[in-house]
Amino acid sequence: MSTPRHIASIAALVLAACASQPVSNGRPPALGVAASAEEIARYDISIPPSGAGLPPGSGTAREGARVYEQKCAACHGAKGAGKPADALAGGQGTLATRAPVRTVGSYWPYSTTLFDYVRRAMPLNAPLSLSDDEVYAVSAYVLHLNGIVAEDAAMNARTLPLVKMPNRDGFVSDWPPRVR
Amino acid sequence: MKDQQDNATTVRPLASRRTFLKTGAALATGAASAGLAAGAQAQPLAGQPWERVYGAPFNGYGQPSRFEQPVMRYYLKPYGDLAPGSGAALAPIERLEGIITPSGLHSNRSHSGVPDIDPKEHQLLLHGMVARPIKFSTEALLSYPMVTRIHFIECSGNSNRALAPQPLQVPAGAIHGNMSCSEWTGIPLRVLLEEAGLQPQATWLLAEGADSAHMSRSIPVEKALDDAMIALYQNGERLRPEQGYPVRLLLPGWEGNMNVKWLRRIKATDGPTHTKDETSKYTDLQPDGRALQFTFEMGVKSVITKPSSTMTLPRKGLYEISGLAWSGAGRIRRVEVSADGGATWTDASLYGEERPKAFVRFRLPWEWTGQETVLQSRATDEKDRVQPARKAWLAQYSPGNFFHNNSIVSWAVGTDGSVKNVYA
Repeated sequence: MSTPRHIASIAALVLAACASQPVSNGRPPALGVAASAEEIARYDISIPPSGAGLPPGSGTAREGARVYEQKCAACHGAKGAGKPADALAGGQGTLATRAPVRTVGSYWPYSTTLFDYVRRAMPLNAPLSLSDDEVYAVSAYVLHLNGIVAEDAAMNARTLPLVKMPNRDGFVSDWPPRVR
Repeated sequence: MKDQQDNATTVRPLASRRTFLKTGAALATGAASAGLAAGAQAQPLAGQPWERVYGAPFNGYGQPSRFEQPVMRYYLKPYGDLAPGSGAALAPIERLEGIITPSGLHSNRSHSGVPDIDPKEHQLLLHGMVARPIKFSTEALLSYPMVTRIHFIECSGNSNRALAPQPLQVPAGAIHGNMSCSEWTGIPLRVLLEEAGLQPQATWLLAEGADSAHMSRSIPVEKALDDAMIALYQNGERLRPEQGYPVRLLLPGWEGNMNVKWLRRIKATDGPTHTKDETSKYTDLQPDGRALQFTFEMGVKSVITKPSSTMTLPRKGLYEISGLAWSGAGRIRRVEVSADGGATWTDASLYGEERPKAFVRFRLPWEWTGQETVLQSRATDEKDRVQPARKAWLAQYSPGNFFHNNSIVSWAVGTDGSVKNVYA
């Protein structure tokens, strides 16, 4: 009866039974696949205040004015005056009044955020369509409209993070949370 | 429009059913006129028309009754038709009961519309300060062990319409409905962070969506390792597109904007990225012109949904006051209701108070004598935080602030039974 073949079958059954037991302290399946540096670079579009990750390229406000008129003014108004979309210029000195006006110039604490946001999301009907030179240029233009950089100042990976925004010190971090 | 089209599609079988029934009726008439049974007549028993016809056939995905068609989300489109998918769709909370918001009525804040994502092409990338940068297909994420939790999501701009110069006479949901509560199922975020090997110097994460705004927010690692979830299912089914299909971030109790939808990337960093939506927006201006940044937790809050603004009480007598309460800090411990403009308060009964960071339904019987009065509710959470009065809340901020309004909501009842939104 107990031929070697039978014993092998029983052993296989026992193994199968063990393999189908619930696992009480099993580890997650670890199905993540290694991502290459090249692949990460195509996804990694966020730019922190340090400017880390800013791409090569450069642009001035003078160059950016043309980009702005073609691709931004229809929504953000001539010279960043706003309407129908948000105003981008003006409002400095209004934050502590009864009618604060929040713009890039009056409110935004970091210039790097401007580059980051224009590149990832603007223009609304064609995001990711501007070249890096165009993003630098139109960022320079919006900064220039707010009197923050000169018309011929080149914005690039080195100069943009050095721009001191007027409302840089206007924020109080609530993290870690205050006692409320 | 889409919903109406869908409903039109489901109505079509009804039309063919009527045709069939007319034919049947003609046959019956014919039989009677042929003298099959002299003096035969229909049963005199009670029975509405729908009790005397065969019902609708099965359908693949059920829809609400056609008589409930007016129960729809309210749209806020600050840029109008220029950007019809930018803004918010608010839940009609005054038409709903219990604590779960139906998925199709769940509030929806989107910055550049709702992307049409093919889950086979979508991936989630984890990188930055990790030992092993890795990516996950949607299919891989669906293979992980899951957890299920009931949590609310509230936009931090919810109730900003209650800051209008004059009280808006619109339904409660059109003011306070930029929040909803669902059962979410997914993977604890810490599981994926551990797999990637989060490095000790990583103190923040940058989470980013695959919508055309690539909406992004910075999140403290503490929250990610606490109760953050990579959510894949909502109320038992896969996420709706407007809720982040195929994968969203869920940060229980924290402002809705951070619960990044259509999640495509998480980058571990050693500081906040200061994205557009955590600097120029979702920061809370104070009277001195400085703004609070990273105000993540949603404050303790409640709102009476029934009766509420634009409703009318048809008669004097007994009513049930019903409403929702919630807190980003944890559980709701108590909800008090006032039917005299805040002079006296009575504890309401609670449903769901055992769950942290989830809606609680409160209820209280109330006798309306026909006199003018103001109804209010006031929630207290397990951290002993009490929902603030409107004046106290307003005093903390600039008149230009429109985030994190958790102040007490007041509904005035007139002698004619009309219920109006008032500032009290």
